[in-house]
Amino acid sequence: MSGLLINTQQALQLLLSGDPKLWSIVIISFSVSLKAIVLTTPLALLVAFALNHGNFPGIRFIVAVFNSLLSVPTVVIGLFLYVLLSRQGPFGDLRLLFTQTAMVIGQMFLCFPILVALGYAAIQAADQRVWETARTLGAPSWFSMLTVFYEVRFGLLAAVLTGFGRIISEVGISMMVGGNIMGYTRNITTAIALETSKGEFAQGIALGLVLLTLAFLLTVFLSYIQGKKEFAA
Amino acid sequence: MKKILVGFLFFFFCAVCLQAEPIRLATTTSTENSGLLQVLIPHFKKQTGYEVHVLSVGTGQALRMGKDGNVDVVLVHAPKAERRFVEAGFGVNRRSVMGNDFVFVGPENDPAGIRGERDAVKALQKIARGKHIFVSRGDDSGTHKKELSLWKKANWKLGETWYREAGQGMGRVLQMADELNAYTISDRGTWLVLRSKLFLKLLAEGDPALDNPYSMIAVNPARYPSINYLGAMSLIAWMTSVEGQNHIHNFQLESQPLFIPSAIKN
Repeated sequence: MSGLLINTQQALQLLLSGDPKLWSIVIISFSVSLKAIVLTTPLALLVAFALNHGNFPGIRFIVAVFNSLLSVPTVVIGLFLYVLLSRQGPFGDLRLLFTQTAMVIGQMFLCFPILVALGYAAIQAADQRVWETARTLGAPSWFSMLTVFYEVRFGLLAAVLTGFGRIISEVGISMMVGGNIMGYTRNITTAIALETSKGEFAQGIALGLVLLTLAFLLTVFLSYIQGKKEFAA
Repeated sequence: MKKILVGFLFFFFCAVCLQAEPIRLATTTSTENSGLLQVLIPHFKKQTGYEVHVLSVGTGQALRMGKDGNVDVVLVHAPKAERRFVEAGFGVNRRSVMGNDFVFVGPENDPAGIRGERDAVKALQKIARGKHIFVSRGDDSGTHKKELSLWKKANWKLGETWYREAGQGMGRVLQMADELNAYTISDRGTWLVLRSKLFLKLLAEGDPALDNPYSMIAVNPARYPSINYLGAMSLIAWMTSVEGQNHIHNFQLESQPLFIPSAIKN
């Protein structure tokens, strides 16, 4: 017990003293996951919208597929991407294995189904008349779509935050296709795994605290905007 | 979807091309966990300007990465596997860099009675006969290969419950052995770094069969023409130079050297 206290105390000291090694790891985590979520969101929302308003066969099947992809293990995505990006694989010439880019691509795969499934549910909750009204008033379809997005902005934001929470806390993809290279692809989760293996629990706990704080802030923010939405309704 | 993905990949590819090519070094957890490379690589970078990306895995996986062309150079410790790697044409210019040795560590009260045993095989037999818990790396690393070869010499069939395969790096296995009050074999470097955090004690050492030589091998550029062969050879040249060897020699913990440089013989 006292070991845990001492380690946590050291962890707080590391964080507050602005230890450059520690913070560079935090920055890598955020920059990779932010890139992934920003690149994925537009496409995922388009797909979610198309599934809601499109009229083609197999829509329900596709929605079911996306829902089941929500629980794909990260190591499976990692393995899949490793094989694709390895020199022996089809995209080997791009030399992307063990780069931040590979981590971004992997995390995009991870959050894509989350954004589609949750985005689909959010858009489904919108009043169908929003779209019809916008169309009859002569708005082009892309503008009508943005109107629908605006109507369900809280739901979509919740989807994006959930996706972000998922990818910043994943370890399987980052470890496998990032390779845990110091100062380059070592992010919060892979660093925790490494520091634990070295018996450096303080640094692991410090990084864990950063993730916990983030999770807490995201949750508070989510319940805040949800409360606001109820108020508006 | 596919077009967009290819588009993204192409975009990233262009972004990557504009940067200078770093050297990718696959190495073992023992060299990374000991902190040796964090000390050596900044010196190398200052002299040559090369960025080095270190991937620390087990020796088996490191060689596999080299074979697949996913890294440019490897720093490993499994002489037999290294020779096969070079003979099969996967790597070129194998150079001996440094060495240390393996040690037996275990609980302080030493129920198997291996303290001071000079014969590694006998030490293992004592542990096995008493069915004392032994934690194995179980990850196809250099240390694991060494351990298996010793078990083979001891003529012992493994698979009983006292023999625990962890499938983890050296630091993790030492911690597991510590928690389980078990025996294990560690490279001396990792042991020295971690020992202050553990209850385990060093019990047996000194058998020549426990020597642990490290070598560097460049991945064969004939197999992968676009590999960073020049960078790989620069790193090998520097590590085996007088300067590199001096840095290895000066890397000490509590005035004990963790690795003995071996590239330049008197």
